Amino acid sequence: MAEAGLTSGEYIVHHLQNLTVCKANGEWVWNQCEGNFYAMNVDSMFFALFLGLVFLTLFGRVAKRATTGVPGKLQTLVEIVVGFVDQSVRETFHGKSNVIAPLALTLFCWVFLMNLMDLIPVDWLPWAAHHVGIEHLRVVPTTDVNVTFAMSISVFILTIFYSIKIKGIGGFTKELTLTPFNHWAAIPFNLILEGVSLIAKPISLSLRLFGNMYAGELIFLLLALMGLYQVPLQLMWAGFHILIITLQAFIFMMLTIVYLSMAYETH
Amino acid sequence: MNINLTLLGQTIGMIVFVWLTMRYIWPPVMNAIEKRRQEIADGIAAGEKGQRELADARHGSDAIMQEARQKAVQVVDLAHKRSSELVGEAKHVAVAEGERLVSAARTEISNEQTRARDGLRREVAALAVSGAARLLGREVDAKTHAALLDELAAELEKQAPKHG
Repeated sequence: MAEAGLTSGEYIVHHLQNLTVCKANGEWVWNQCEGNFYAMNVDSMFFALFLGLVFLTLFGRVAKRATTGVPGKLQTLVEIVVGFVDQSVRETFHGKSNVIAPLALTLFCWVFLMNLMDLIPVDWLPWAAHHVGIEHLRVVPTTDVNVTFAMSISVFILTIFYSIKIKGIGGFTKELTLTPFNHWAAIPFNLILEGVSLIAKPISLSLRLFGNMYAGELIFLLLALMGLYQVPLQLMWAGFHILIITLQAFIFMMLTIVYLSMAYETH
Repeated sequence: MNINLTLLGQTIGMIVFVWLTMRYIWPPVMNAIEKRRQEIADGIAAGEKGQRELADARHGSDAIMQEARQKAVQVVDLAHKRSSELVGEAKHVAVAEGERLVSAARTEISNEQTRARDGLRREVAALAVSGAARLLGREVDAKTHAALLDELAAELEKQAPKHG
């Protein structure tokens, strides 16, 4: 529950504050970095990298000892996930690329693990952090807009890279300027239309994930204000949230594949 | 909700993670899956082949069994025939042997008869001679009365079949 002496509003605001570090006036300061680009959300970075390493360790161990004979339980799990991602990629993406399938696997597992942090009761880790002297801690990296944008922008850059690689700069420019209306007079109009749809992809990709996870966390926080009554409600919402977590991870992966396969397709 | 350097950090982290996955995780796992799939496909094919071969073998064994059964029937028939032939032959031999034995016995009997009759005749003749000698009171000379004796013997001979 909320630390003593906080109103409901203060409690929620407190929980939605990242642990941020930046240099102000020649000194390293914590949590005084509003509007400063040269700051780092230490909690988001820590949990994101930690969970990424969890994924790499888990899958790497299996990959190292992968047997073609009877697989162990962990290998079976890993193979189910890998097979699922592989099937999703094959169904959507018809080009040839060594990057897309591993990228999709990494994104799916990583986003899933980051979302999964939402199921840890909202006060446990912040409470523990409070007792070792850390005032702010957000444990779900996907509720940090930096994290989701970083992933979607990487995908966006990859999309543009592949568009240019497959269609050439000319082809890519033509796609931006001569569709949907193939006439020189329509070029500005086309450019606006295609430009918006191009930019909308990474923004919607990241904001969808961010919005879902942020809203989910907010509901957990609101429920946490209800005293003892919160227990059944928290459990119910956690139950629903399991679906959201998996679905959002899947959607993020799927859209990544779709955007990249669109980059590969020549009209 | 501030955009800051976390964006860059996360991007670098993501690139590293994707690269590591691409390099060290995806190929071996996919390789294992593909290899196992191939092995399973091979195993299923081998199983089907084995089943087909088993069916063929069963078919072949059925034919062989049938043939063997037919041969056995033939052999039994032959044996029956042969045994009845042997029995018939043996009967033949036995009958011939029996007939031979009977005829030999008959010959023996008739020989014995003749011999006994001769002996008897001789004895009767001697008796007759001795009886006559006693009657005449003297010895009958066999030589002198040979003609007489022969006559007597012939007489006896003539009567013999009646008693014989």
